[in-house]
Amino acid sequence: MAHQANQRPLSFYLLSSLMAALLVFLYAPMVCVYILSFQGPDGGMSFPMVGWSTHWFEVLFRGTGGQGMGDVPGSFRRSMRLAAFVSVLSMVIAVSAGMAYRRSFPGANFVFYSAITSMVLPGIFVGFGIALTFNLLGWQINWFSSGIGAQLTWSLPFGLLIMFIVLGRFNPAYEEAATDLGANASQRFRMVILPIILPGVIGIFVSSITSSYEESARTQLNVGLGNTMPMEVTGLLTGSSTPVLFAIGTMTTLVMFVFILGAVALMGSMARRRAARPDS
Amino acid sequence: MKISPRAASWLQVAPMATVFVTMVLVPLCIIFAVSFLDYDFARVFPEIYLASWSDALGSRLTLDLYLTVGRFLIITWVITAFVGFWLAYFLVFHVRSSAIRLTLLAAAAIPFWTPGPIRMVSWVPLLGREGLVNKALMSLGVIDTPLTWLLYSDFAVVLAYINLLTLAMLGPITHSMAKIPRSLIQAAQDQGASEWQIIREIIVPLAKPGIAIGTIFIVTAVLGDFFIVKIMSGGQTNTPANAIATELAAFQYPPAAAKSVMLLVIVVALVALLLRFVDIRKELRD
Repeated sequence: MAHQANQRPLSFYLLSSLMAALLVFLYAPMVCVYILSFQGPDGGMSFPMVGWSTHWFEVLFRGTGGQGMGDVPGSFRRSMRLAAFVSVLSMVIAVSAGMAYRRSFPGANFVFYSAITSMVLPGIFVGFGIALTFNLLGWQINWFSSGIGAQLTWSLPFGLLIMFIVLGRFNPAYEEAATDLGANASQRFRMVILPIILPGVIGIFVSSITSSYEESARTQLNVGLGNTMPMEVTGLLTGSSTPVLFAIGTMTTLVMFVFILGAVALMGSMARRRAARPDS
Repeated sequence: MKISPRAASWLQVAPMATVFVTMVLVPLCIIFAVSFLDYDFARVFPEIYLASWSDALGSRLTLDLYLTVGRFLIITWVITAFVGFWLAYFLVFHVRSSAIRLTLLAAAAIPFWTPGPIRMVSWVPLLGREGLVNKALMSLGVIDTPLTWLLYSDFAVVLAYINLLTLAMLGPITHSMAKIPRSLIQAAQDQGASEWQIIREIIVPLAKPGIAIGTIFIVTAVLGDFFIVKIMSGGQTNTPANAIATELAAFQYPPAAAKSVMLLVIVVALVALLLRFVDIRKELRD
């Protein structure tokens, strides 16, 4: 920084190097994935590159390209279907629960500590418990019942914590002003509270989609017929070892990248619109 | 129709409470009950049978599993806490522009957009026998034959944990440190305190909630993990969560249940201990 005239202490340079080392440590494996996904048709899982090609992406999109390829497009569809339901449900349930915590009520601690328990329990334990419960009750395991339920146990605690952050910063004066002007409860929520907490609500939506898409410990016993994406990739991991795994990595990263940047841009434009409003 | 505020809160929290009760608390009780039952292949009989518990509690194997995961946990915690603390300190007190601070944090988070299983494969081209690390070391003349313990070993497991969890430590500690008022640091400097004294007397005590939250993430991630340890050790190392996964795959529900309850008690006890250092709701609110 040019405008800083005073000398930096030695610790600054030591810690800068540590930061750089961490970034290298985080990015090196990922960069290998991205580069190796363009491996030539005869290349393997390691360097050197045997020519450059989009062969492995073609194998991926053809779906059943032999070579131990499972049903990647099908798994992707199943994961997306699950993520769509889980994210919308998480958003609605977490916002509603967050609103409840603006007052103190008997049982508040019970629900809060249930959320913490749900978050810290080993995923395999929760997944096993749900599968066992369905099994003993004679219910069929299915993606829309046990599958969504299992994923909600993972996404909802984070949703609740995000609501705590968002509502902790909410200035109740706005709401009081609305009440003084004669707004009823539903108007207060729709016209005052929701617009202010909307970035946080979108945050819950995004975090729920990503956690749903990544989750496998809770999901795998409860999703019923057909793999989800993480299960499929894990299967490929043990079944085949071709650069198609890297092509999956590059594609999914790209999808995530577009999705998260889109969400961030949306939140940013909402914040700007609010700031630009003449009466605020 | 007018409802009381208390009833309104109950209605609002009811969907979430329903999910946690039906999908977490009831299954927890059922696992506990099933751990005492008799079984054969894929079936559970309603008869009391205590061997699952005596096996889980009494065997040398269980002890070994917990010693293994305990070792992983301690090494991972020491390294992530050290790196997380110093980098949080760097980001909050050395980096002066908040734009650069946010950019660095975001840069550290982006690799996590690649799904977990792929991140595990990504170690093959780096650490495998033919990997870049071995090639670099061999061309430098440090070693003659490729190192075999870089991948599919306990070393690889711990490396993957550190790669995955450093950010889980860095984030909460940064959050705690960012709340320390600058005037406090300024006052200490005016009194002639050295950088080291400021760190020891002011920053470490005030960063404790962040360290506690980061530690909760690491304890639960390492104790609950069966996937990373399986892939990165090449199936050679077993942990308690791994043993449960194996028994589940073999449909041996009661012994898996007994081991699950044991793991649960240990995780919950550790988290309860850590929660004494931090009030999560207060921490999030301000």
